[in-house]
Amino acid sequence: MKSKEYNSFRTVFAHVLLVILSFMCLFFFYILFVNSTRSHADLQKGFSALPGSYFFTNLTNVTNDGTFPMVRGIVNSLIVSGCSAAICIYFSALTAYGLYAYDFKAKKVAFTFIMAILVMPTQVTAMGFLRLITKMGMYDSLLPLIIPSIASPAVFYFMYSYLQSSLPLSLVEAARIDGSKEFRTFNQIVLPIMKPAMAVQAIFTFVGSWNNYFVPALVIQSKDKMTVPILIALLRGADYLNRDMGKIYMMIMVAIVPIVLVYLFLSKYIIAGVTLGGVKG
Amino acid sequence: MKKKLLSAVLVSAMLAGTLAGCGSGGGVNSTPTDNGGSADTGSDVSADGGASEAAQTDEGQVINIYSFNDELRNRITAVYSAIENTSDDGTVSTLNDGTEIHWIINPNQDGVYQDKLDEALNGQASASADDKVDIFAAELDYIVKYTDADINVAMPLESLGINPDTDLADQFDFTKTVASDQNGVQRASTWQACPGVLVYRRDIAKEVFGTDDPEEIGKKTKDWDVMKETAEELKAAGYYTFSSYADTFRLYNNSMADAWVSPGETTIKVDQKIIDWVTDSKEWKDAGYFDPAVKGQWNSDWFTAMSSSAKVFAFLFPAWGIDTQMVPNWDGEAGAWAVTNAPLSYNWGGTFVLAAEGTDNPSHVKDIILALTADTDNLTMISKEYADFTNAKSVMQAAAADDSFASDFLGGQNPYVYFTPGADSIKMAPLSAYDQGCVELVQNAFGDYLQDQIDYNKAKENFETAIRERYPEITQIQWPE
Amino acid sequence: MKQKRKKIDYSKWGYIFILPFFASFFIFSLIPLIDTIRYSFYEYYRSGLKEIGPNFIGMANYAELLKSDMLKYAGNTLILWLIGFLPQIVIALLLASWFVDARLKIRGQQFFKVVIYLPNLIMASAFAMLFFTLFSNKGPINSILLSMGVTQNPIDFMGSVFGTRTLVGVMNFLMWFGNTTIMLMAAIMGISPDIFEASEIDGCNSMQRFFRITLPLIRPILAYTLITSIIGGLQMFDVPQILTNGQGSPDRTSTTLIMFLNNHLKSKNYGMAGALSVYLFIVSGILCFIVYRITNDEDPDGSKAAARKNKKGRR
Repeated sequence: MKSKEYNSFRTVFAHVLLVILSFMCLFFFYILFVNSTRSHADLQKGFSALPGSYFFTNLTNVTNDGTFPMVRGIVNSLIVSGCSAAICIYFSALTAYGLYAYDFKAKKVAFTFIMAILVMPTQVTAMGFLRLITKMGMYDSLLPLIIPSIASPAVFYFMYSYLQSSLPLSLVEAARIDGSKEFRTFNQIVLPIMKPAMAVQAIFTFVGSWNNYFVPALVIQSKDKMTVPILIALLRGADYLNRDMGKIYMMIMVAIVPIVLVYLFLSKYIIAGVTLGGVKG
Repeated sequence: MKKKLLSAVLVSAMLAGTLAGCGSGGGVNSTPTDNGGSADTGSDVSADGGASEAAQTDEGQVINIYSFNDELRNRITAVYSAIENTSDDGTVSTLNDGTEIHWIINPNQDGVYQDKLDEALNGQASASADDKVDIFAAELDYIVKYTDADINVAMPLESLGINPDTDLADQFDFTKTVASDQNGVQRASTWQACPGVLVYRRDIAKEVFGTDDPEEIGKKTKDWDVMKETAEELKAAGYYTFSSYADTFRLYNNSMADAWVSPGETTIKVDQKIIDWVTDSKEWKDAGYFDPAVKGQWNSDWFTAMSSSAKVFAFLFPAWGIDTQMVPNWDGEAGAWAVTNAPLSYNWGGTFVLAAEGTDNPSHVKDIILALTADTDNLTMISKEYADFTNAKSVMQAAAADDSFASDFLGGQNPYVYFTPGADSIKMAPLSAYDQGCVELVQNAFGDYLQDQIDYNKAKENFETAIRERYPEITQIQWPE
Repeated sequence: MKQKRKKIDYSKWGYIFILPFFASFFIFSLIPLIDTIRYSFYEYYRSGLKEIGPNFIGMANYAELLKSDMLKYAGNTLILWLIGFLPQIVIALLLASWFVDARLKIRGQQFFKVVIYLPNLIMASAFAMLFFTLFSNKGPINSILLSMGVTQNPIDFMGSVFGTRTLVGVMNFLMWFGNTTIMLMAAIMGISPDIFEASEIDGCNSMQRFFRITLPLIRPILAYTLITSIIGGLQMFDVPQILTNGQGSPDRTSTTLIMFLNNHLKSKNYGMAGALSVYLFIVSGILCFIVYRITNDEDPDGSKAAARKNKKGRR
């Protein structure tokens, strides 16, 4: 009896906390939305809880501004994040499988090495990286933002743990007996088993790459190759743009809305995917 | 099973998105080719018209103009008659001979503009003709970096075929001096001069002083001592005199006796005037003459201080500030502001245009510079349309006496009455290549002190730290006394 | 005998499979790293448009950095990380255990999960930009507070050390707690229900169950969360950089190590930036070592022990 009361108290408390946290998460988006529908003059007068009527004016102002090509930026960000996520999860799975399923001399060394570089901040190599890609003629292109994600120690670590708990080596042996070639075994037998883990890491990598600012800011020079975070950072410093705060709020809206929409649309699958991965990891 | 299915859907969705992304990657690369195509068409056009403009046919098809805001684009499109149209997004203008102007705009703050410009100038020699920088803008704060004769990134105007002594004779002399390199060769030109005034709210003036007449108010702002009494009166009525300590900075900075760094030296000498600014600002801030909610400039709080809901009496601005900052941020009826003399005459800023060494469009560049900075009709037009104080002595003297230059925003007042005497008495402080960094960093470091976050000595220390980070070659920082 | 030959046969595939990873790493991380280390011993920077150096100066850059405020920035980074991470892990554990607790009957679970994960998708730069405008002195938050009568004068959020650091912490918290919650929830769901049932029969209350059963069993995932969070914390840059416009104001108390590095990179001081990178590399190595020591005592990667424990748990 007592524990039942205790539980219902906990239920109430849990709901209160959840509502507060959800409010915190949504409140900022609401203000952002409201402000993006108001003109600069309205915004100067102070905050209002109700939306204004300048939504489309602000939107046209944003899409017509060639100095801050937001639409272009979103396309670039999609390309970079999509390709990064794809090659990152494929090659991380490949590496994890290589180290898990085969016995070879350098195995232990290779594994320890990857674990050692796990916490190395990417910024540490930023300077040399910039010089290197300049020499390779890849300065101011999207490639250096994509290719290095082949080597992602953190993703590898996740995949490796997942393989340990969900891929019995006997399955690989059985495939070999059936005459399956090694790459075929990986692509047709191992990959499907790893799908849940790959889905989770694809999301993480996609989001990470979508939000990345430091490296693109160093590498990208020309306007038509800029990704969304660089454009947003430019906003912070562009005094002449601050004359129209409505436009600034709208730019932030435009920068985050696509990914939010995709997320809301796929949220069920995404959260299910994250959960699935975690069960095994 | 269901879960597996879901994840399969998810993975395929991700992959599909990725493939679509990679596919359109080809599209990105093909865009420049498209541009190349249209440029080719352009060359056909100019070849057709080549009979009349034989001199220009061997010039490049693209004029790249680097700038830090849209002001230069607006001015050039307003005065350069060869421009036929400008694309909606403001990135490309087409001339009547088919040549295109590409506007490359990056913001000044955080050094973004100079980073991108320096990158382009360093690659100038190896860049293909259509990628070469042709014209770039520089602000007074860092123009010395680009006019340096040893670095030679900006062409002397004479090499372009512009004779500063005759073609630019009507320009204010101080603008020509600061646009010249260490040997006195002029390498830049500007369409504006930037004498500052004091811009005040008429309604507050009426309420507190019983009049909004610029001449009467001018008596109350004529020097720092009188200004302080005025500030006390405003405070008693519940108003702030200026928005923040950063507003008065330019008055002190512009009266410095020596440059921040003397030529050839690696020592930063902090001028006594800067220290005066710190001590005076501290006194003013403690007395409550500044709006405590505003910290520095160029942020949203500062812009809000220019709106009708604010309690700030005055701003210190040159002509460009009224047009580009105050007008967009004022949300009330036009005619609420007026200008009068500042407690000290000063100059703030100025955008200079420079021709990049190695340009492939020298005759276009020459035309643009002349149209923008030497043509008195154009300059008159800029002054009338945009209320900018233009770099033509004769035009400005006439404007001060001509009521058709009156401004609606200023309630029908002719601001040139106050600008022009200001321009005559401008004595420029000596410049150095380090000005922008010093100005920015000294305001940051002492901003913390003026907000009571740190003590005075800590602010000095922070300034030294920030300078050493920004300029590794600086060996010493000297403070006065 | 036969089997052994077979293994030698297959070992080449191991090398082939890990080749892309290592090739990419060597080209895009190791060569740059060596380059960075090399220039850390040189005086090499850009002054205006002129290039100075490279001149070999030995350890001078390192000595110079030790004299600078580098340790202060390291402290800032640690504090900013803790302000975000501590509430994040506590709330995430709490929420995760609630979500999987059938007896709590939380309504709208799906909705809450969707909402708390949402901020994770927002790019840090846009989020920081948004916070900057919302919390400015005359911004929306202050105007709401003023109109509700909570305060007489606008609160200068970004004018105080406490305010700025809290804002950075709140942003990091909001961006990551949903993600952590869902990861931990998944881990808790992986624990066999039999164990919980058994504990209930033994008379465990929810407190005891959480500390005695749940926590120990999800240790591998906790370790994973901790490691990724430390990596993120050490790399903290976007949020404070954009919130304070790169100044780390007030008094550089929100300047992180990477912002410090960025200052040197921006002034094109390759030598000094190189030396700072080497310090960062050493720090990250030490952190890595400590984390491994804390999270597992036997094997270096932690996953084996985790898997073993998990399996034991399931039986």
